[in-house]
Amino acid sequence: MDAAFLIAAGLTLAAAVAAMSLRNLIHCALCLVVTFFGVAALFLLLGAEFVSFAQVMVYVGAIAILIVFATLLTRSAGVTGEPLAFQPWLVGLGIAGLVVGAIVTSVAGSGLLPTESSRIVAAAPSTRELGEQLMSTYVLPLEVVGLLLTAALIGAAVLGLREPKPSTPPPKP
Amino acid sequence: MAETLDQAFVLLKQWLVDRFPADLQPLLSAFLSAAAIVGVFAGLFAFTTWLERKGLARIQNRLGPNRVGPYGLFQPIADGLKMLTKEDIVPRSADQLVHFLAPIMKVVPVLLAYAVIPVGRNMVATDLEAGLLFFLAVGSATELAVFMAGWGSHNKYSLLGAMRAIAQLISYEIPLVFAALGVVLVAGSLSLPAIVDSQAGYDWGGLARWHVFTPWGLAGFGLFMIAATAKTARSPFDLPEGESEIIAGHMVEYSGFKYALFYLGEYLSLFAISGVGITLFLGGWREPFSWLAWMPSYVWFGLKLLACIVGFIWLRGTMPRLRADQLMNFAWKFMFPMTLVTVVAAAAWHLSAGWNFTGAGLWRWALDAAVILIPYRLLGARHLAPRTYRFAD
Amino acid sequence: MSPLERYLIVAALLFGIGLAGALTRRNAILVLAGIELMLTAANLNFIAFWRYGGHPADSGTGIVFVLFSIAVAAAETAVGLALIVTIYRHRHSTKLDEFDELKG
Repeated sequence: MDAAFLIAAGLTLAAAVAAMSLRNLIHCALCLVVTFFGVAALFLLLGAEFVSFAQVMVYVGAIAILIVFATLLTRSAGVTGEPLAFQPWLVGLGIAGLVVGAIVTSVAGSGLLPTESSRIVAAAPSTRELGEQLMSTYVLPLEVVGLLLTAALIGAAVLGLREPKPSTPPPKP
Repeated sequence: MAETLDQAFVLLKQWLVDRFPADLQPLLSAFLSAAAIVGVFAGLFAFTTWLERKGLARIQNRLGPNRVGPYGLFQPIADGLKMLTKEDIVPRSADQLVHFLAPIMKVVPVLLAYAVIPVGRNMVATDLEAGLLFFLAVGSATELAVFMAGWGSHNKYSLLGAMRAIAQLISYEIPLVFAALGVVLVAGSLSLPAIVDSQAGYDWGGLARWHVFTPWGLAGFGLFMIAATAKTARSPFDLPEGESEIIAGHMVEYSGFKYALFYLGEYLSLFAISGVGITLFLGGWREPFSWLAWMPSYVWFGLKLLACIVGFIWLRGTMPRLRADQLMNFAWKFMFPMTLVTVVAAAAWHLSAGWNFTGAGLWRWALDAAVILIPYRLLGARHLAPRTYRFAD
Repeated sequence: MSPLERYLIVAALLFGIGLAGALTRRNAILVLAGIELMLTAANLNFIAFWRYGGHPADSGTGIVFVLFSIAVAAAETAVGLALIVTIYRHRHSTKLDEFDELKG
């Protein structure tokens, strides 16, 4: 257990708990950012430099900002006395706890997992090789992702358009 | 001799590091690089505030600061003392923690960005393989600082200013990335020292092979610097600050040292983004002509950086501020398509590198210029017509 | 505990936190944030297995998958938040338990 891993993992999990439990939605979004930074640090520790930077750029630079914007646009930042969770919230928490328990026990008790590193970080593909793989082996998924992003862009723009008010009220059934 | 002078700082650092036990050396090496970056660029910040005030004053036919020291050169020190001794006011209804963290969040990522910028031969803090991506990633963290400042202040002007700023920063991030993409395509690397190396060599008896001396590079450099101006919220894109309409926007509730931190962060990000522009298009620390190769590399980087800063000051002194709708139209209807075109032009340049018939060089130039100029003419045609003005009457 | 296991456990905990948030919170935006956390936990698993799993050293499969997953997450958030904002315009609420009619 090295200190870097402990710090990164602890920060990630603590910020995640805060992001899911705080009352003020803006605070939740800011804690979410800390979580994303923590996960990026974990990626760095695992030797995945490119993914780590991409994670920061997309999650912190785009997704967190989007969440913040949506929070302000829907005026849900204010602190109200309303209950935060659905009423039988223990049920949801119980389900999540069961899932975590199942995964953790199966991971800890599994004899199939490799016990030590099979790879030296220096042998990891360089950014250049990664780009070449993206453009050769994975070119079809890459194109599909491009299509998906375009579709999402257009979809979000259409959804965000202010609908024109109907000039005549629709006939009552 | 020239060699030693060029590597003076590298050798000095090596000598200092060698004095210490081996297990401390990596830490000390990193610390020395960081200390040098912070010291040099904070000093440059102080000098730039003086230069900017003097330059703007000259443009506006004034004298500028001239009381503290010769030519007012010690003005930054006086400014710093004033900032430090001012009362640090936090609004009562502000979100204390967020309000406190915002200036730190603004400065720290900018300082991180310097880690990947090569300021001279062998003078880069860390040569990351995905250095350019790292720079862009930490650059996107400043948006968050702006939001934290605007929302944490609990003031409607600061929130409005922050929203404006984020919309602008996000819109101009895309042209910035695309303008840099052409260079990545031609250089075949995301590492900034490798990009500098890709511009080595000379053409036509002594002119350096910088990317800016190609049609796509010239267009890319122009677009990159425009996007950089907007990304650092400099005039004419200083809507987020907009002191005459929303009184400094997201920074309105900050005073004293925290305000100074915002100021510092803004200038440091200006230097950082200029440094990356220099690295991508202006050959980094390389000299423009072969007969100037005797000058140390960091001097060239410094001179280019200074030229960029003077350009920014000149721009600020002479351009009026854009309206918000003009800003967005410019980003999405002109900058974004044009940067896409420069990527295509860079690809055409890269593919035509193998041509070897008579006059291939000229044809290559003509083709690449056509790829840029025809879309420019089509996209920019509306803007070439004489503008009509509407006056309030 | 082997290096792989501890990353898997962190990912499992992160997934659980996201799941708990998505299942219990009433605000639609936070539910989306919980889903993002679960996706991130899955990405962490991919990278951990890429790093410690037994397969050719130069293969970038795990990394490439995570890059695609990040792109999908971005698309999902953009559309999801646009939907939430649109619903808010009609219903003036982002509480999920108040969206109990099929009529807009």
